[in-house]
Amino acid sequence: MRELDVKVITENVAEMCKEAAYYLPDDVYRGLKRGRETEKSPVGQIVLDQIIKNAEIAKAEDRPYCQDTGMTIVFLEVGQDLHIVGGNLEDAINAGIAKGYTEGYLRKSVVGEPLFNRVNTKNNTPGVIYTQIVPGDKLSITIAPKGFGSENKSGIKMLVPADGVKGVKKAVMEIILHASMNPCPPMVVGVGIGGTMDRAALLSKKALTRSIDERNPMPEYAKLEQELLDMINQTGIGPQLGGTTSALAVNIEWGPTHIAGLPVAVTICCHAMRHSHRVL
Amino acid sequence: MAESIRITTPFTEEMSRKLRAGDSVLITGTIISARDAAHKVMTEALARGEKLPVDWTNQIVYYLGPTPAKPGDPIGSCGPTTSGRMDAYTPTMLEQGIKGMVGKGSRTKEVVESMKKNGATYFAAVGGAAALIAKSVKSYTVLAYPELGPEAVAALEVVDFPAIVVIDCEGNNFYEIGQKDYRHFDMSQI
Repeated sequence: MRELDVKVITENVAEMCKEAAYYLPDDVYRGLKRGRETEKSPVGQIVLDQIIKNAEIAKAEDRPYCQDTGMTIVFLEVGQDLHIVGGNLEDAINAGIAKGYTEGYLRKSVVGEPLFNRVNTKNNTPGVIYTQIVPGDKLSITIAPKGFGSENKSGIKMLVPADGVKGVKKAVMEIILHASMNPCPPMVVGVGIGGTMDRAALLSKKALTRSIDERNPMPEYAKLEQELLDMINQTGIGPQLGGTTSALAVNIEWGPTHIAGLPVAVTICCHAMRHSHRVL
Repeated sequence: MAESIRITTPFTEEMSRKLRAGDSVLITGTIISARDAAHKVMTEALARGEKLPVDWTNQIVYYLGPTPAKPGDPIGSCGPTTSGRMDAYTPTMLEQGIKGMVGKGSRTKEVVESMKKNGATYFAAVGGAAALIAKSVKSYTVLAYPELGPEAVAALEVVDFPAIVVIDCEGNNFYEIGQKDYRHFDMSQI
């Protein structure tokens, strides 16, 4: 059986946290450039110029793209034939987050308890870790730091089957209109349809790990992604101060659900759509 | 958009009253950072009748929690945070003499009313443009509440800090004005 030492995991996670904070993925950068070419609002053009320049400075100088370097979401796919040795997997991931956020001069934005005693944990741990057991002997890690300007504007609606496609569109657009310019647009919108309430939310997060250039493989969902994107870009929200580039993409993921339900979750991501992915 | 208006601090009510929603500005001088935790601590201190550690008269507050500075840099990445979270505290803070606020996102009616009364201006910096904005910051000095870490109240010396007037002291709102011409959607279309 293949063995993987937790030290290797910690080192990789630390590097990935820094990478994600400094380097905007190429697809998002290209999306911003395309938005700049088509943006109709003069103020919107100025905002997009600043955002594009910001991405270039962050990349060239290894600086955080945004000061909110996020709560660290970690998607793990653990091969069932892989033996992790030398310690506990989740401890290794959190040690990597602490190392990356400290060494990389990233902001520590996590409080240990949410309501009565909001004390900063000072190393951005714990991360939000989702683990899936898959065939094989590899460990796939995706780091997706999530800023809370946009997270606070995300939402979920528990629709019923009779609401159908129209209901889904209304639910998504209500959340978008309510969010308006607050989540630092141009946004990338992750939509999770189906499952249970929690599964829909998770699907909406996973949707954001897909490239903005890649449509859902099922044509009906791909069409719905485009229709929603067109509607969002007609809201006038634009790149924060009004315009035509409100969102760069809508990514939908779906899952089986109950005969009585049609949950729809929307995770809004700001233009800092940050990720890092490695297979160990 | 017309050329940027240059603003230097201290930022008086007279300067504030000249600005209009949509104006592009470049701020030079000293602005003071404070966000959620600092606003909570300061308004609680005021409620107890205590004096604040910082004189806010004619100051510009920046809603900010920066990343730590790399060695040799004055500050880390330092874009604006969501202003709406400060709304509950803002009227109290404007009574302390603040004439300018820099953040991002919408404000409540109560804040706008207090702005009109106090002659204050709300500016937006581009959300997420944190590495770019850092270029205009020359120094960062903690003034109060160092225990709040990135949420401490600090003086930022800035040169040509780029911002846009979103809500002027008459209550004109550029978020509404800026969206109007490009809004071709309403829910009845679905």
